[in-house]
Amino acid sequence: MNDKPERLIDKKGLRLDGRKPDQMRPVKLEVGVIPAADGSAYIEQGKNKILVGVYGPREAHPKHLALQDRLVLKCRYHMAPFSVQERKSPAPSRREVELSKVIREALEPAIFTELYPRTMVDLTIEVLQADGGTRCASISAASLALADSGLPMRDLVVACAAGKADDKIVLDLMDEEDKLGSADVPVALMPSLNAITLLQMDGKLSQDEFERAVSLAIDGCKQIYLLQKDALKAKYKNVKAEGEE
Amino acid sequence: MPEFFEQKQIATPGDLLAEGDYVAGENTYIEGKKVYASRTGLVEYNNKNVSIVALKAFYIPKPGDMVIGTVVDVGFNGWTIDLNGPYQAFLKPSDVLSRPFKPQKDELSQVLGVGDLVVAKIVSYDRTHDPQITVAEPGLGKITRGQVVKVTPTKVPRVIGKKGSMISMIKQETGCQIILGLNGVVLVTGKTPEEEQAALLAIQKIEEESHTTGLTDRITQMLRSEKSKRGAVKNE
Amino acid sequence: MAAVVAKIKQKQIGVLIDKGKRLDGRGLTDYRDLKVEQGLIERAEGSARVHLGKTEIVVGTKVETGEPFSDTPNEGVLTVNAELVPLASPGFEAGPPDENSIELARIVDRGIRESKMIDTEKLCLEAGKKVIVVFVDVYVLNHDGNLIDASALAAVAALLNTKMPNYEYEDGEVKVKSGTTALPLSQHPVTVTFAKIGDKLVVDPQLEEEEVMDARISMAVDDDENICAIQKGGSGYFVPEQVLEASRLAVKKAKEIREKLDW
Repeated sequence: MNDKPERLIDKKGLRLDGRKPDQMRPVKLEVGVIPAADGSAYIEQGKNKILVGVYGPREAHPKHLALQDRLVLKCRYHMAPFSVQERKSPAPSRREVELSKVIREALEPAIFTELYPRTMVDLTIEVLQADGGTRCASISAASLALADSGLPMRDLVVACAAGKADDKIVLDLMDEEDKLGSADVPVALMPSLNAITLLQMDGKLSQDEFERAVSLAIDGCKQIYLLQKDALKAKYKNVKAEGEE
Repeated sequence: MPEFFEQKQIATPGDLLAEGDYVAGENTYIEGKKVYASRTGLVEYNNKNVSIVALKAFYIPKPGDMVIGTVVDVGFNGWTIDLNGPYQAFLKPSDVLSRPFKPQKDELSQVLGVGDLVVAKIVSYDRTHDPQITVAEPGLGKITRGQVVKVTPTKVPRVIGKKGSMISMIKQETGCQIILGLNGVVLVTGKTPEEEQAALLAIQKIEEESHTTGLTDRITQMLRSEKSKRGAVKNE
Repeated sequence: MAAVVAKIKQKQIGVLIDKGKRLDGRGLTDYRDLKVEQGLIERAEGSARVHLGKTEIVVGTKVETGEPFSDTPNEGVLTVNAELVPLASPGFEAGPPDENSIELARIVDRGIRESKMIDTEKLCLEAGKKVIVVFVDVYVLNHDGNLIDASALAAVAALLNTKMPNYEYEDGEVKVKSGTTALPLSQHPVTVTFAKIGDKLVVDPQLEEEEVMDARISMAVDDDENICAIQKGGSGYFVPEQVLEASRLAVKKAKEIREKLDW
């Protein structure tokens, strides 16, 4: 039996993992990690460990799901049975079905779907370890995997959540804050276009708190965006250094 | 008229490359007066044209392109060919056989079976149909020997080199024949498997380091040292 | 699943919206006619039917006893399910719940759960062993747009209408005493959905508007003007200012609906 912590933020204003309210967890991003896939990426955000693979664009399977005038993005968000404290059944839960949908809808606006009619892109997200904020971390990695596959995109999509723990608006909720806090607001953004492509909320926030949470989440997104760009360029920086010997 | 990157700097999708009266070139798109990158690659400013030399892209068929593909299916009225891209091509019997096609008599799989490679040309392609290809022209047809390597299609010009310098050098140093499909599939045919391997390695290295300078010299060096290693082994 | 809307109709919708009007003459922030009836299904512990324009939803609630979830041993259980029955729309197919019906159920669930409409601790009979389970089943009978708001209203109305048995836990057993009792309810959450068409937000999209919209956003608001749940849907996007505009409007419209329904 886990003991529920009494407070999520201590007297010094620090959270359970020592962070300040507006501080993000450390993020690590890597691109091109699955050689068999057309595009792939891996993210670690706090204790979250998530792998994303992309296949396509390729002929649609089954053919009747193809759209005559555009590409179809298929997205699967799935958690490994060992990713959470209590083993999760491998069968897709209702939550995974909903997340697969909202994640797909967060990524689609970035893709020039009209350029590749009658094709399909299969995107699979496997959460190897979960610690709160998996849908946001998944989106940030998925967008890198799509870019890695060579698919032209309007912008990278980056995501981060903000919420309310005790009575403070905090950035990047970890698992306990997600479960015990009073609100969670995940946001996905295409920063160059100032476009919000995912926005959900559960909890209770006044209008003012909501505005502050969205603003904080957007700040978090912009921080991760820089890391995404670095990850895409990293593959080529290495080779460049080698080449100039 | 601001340009926000330097020539040959790496940009990623969504990067604002220029603002003003610019033309959106390859791998970029324009929104109002802003030109953004749509793929990861090296920025190129050419007068008013802003483009990206993409580090990775896939092949979209164009009529007239020479391509190398693999037969993946034999149907009752033709073959389906994989072109290493999002779209599969269709090959009609009339574009293969030099005589009329009789469905009851002709066994298509005897002519071309699953797994066969062909050098072909794109006949037609539009948004509503898969590309049609033909092998009924000189220089095209079934491939019977050699080895094949895939490169991302944007790198094919690099494999060719300025005025064909890179590809002629590889042919010379390895004694191989090289056919470059614009769909990123390259066929290498040599007298020995070792020569073919050397050519393949050279091409793979070009793909990995295509955005660097001094590449032609490095590849020449590599091939020459490979050749002498092989020569040394042979003489033992 | 979306029907093909003729291009000239798409254009017509856009032109009207620029002038602040919609196909059926409504203003951009107007709801369609709303009718709520309760108690129509006697076999259910609670029920309600909502007509929102031509969209029709029926919700039935069933109350049983069962085991609590392991992480909330002293709380009752709320479970919401939605069926997009084939007769409601040419695009609905029979079969297990698809992503649309799952999303609909979860949005309705969130509005009720996060607003704390039901005091789930009062639904506990014996901590860790027996609690009251409330099933809310949303049945979409006619789809003419905005299933979310209509379903959410119907679910709340059905819960308000619910009369559950008088359960008591004695000697390790659940006993049913005579009579019925209402659920322990406090809030009346209302969900307001906006469609983005061109650059404008329209409230309560009807089916044809949904077929041409860029994206939608739904916000659940409680009696104290707090926002309890939000869901963006569709493959388009919103700019931050539109999100804030939507939240202000959602609070206003939720209040109007509560007043109209006397909640």
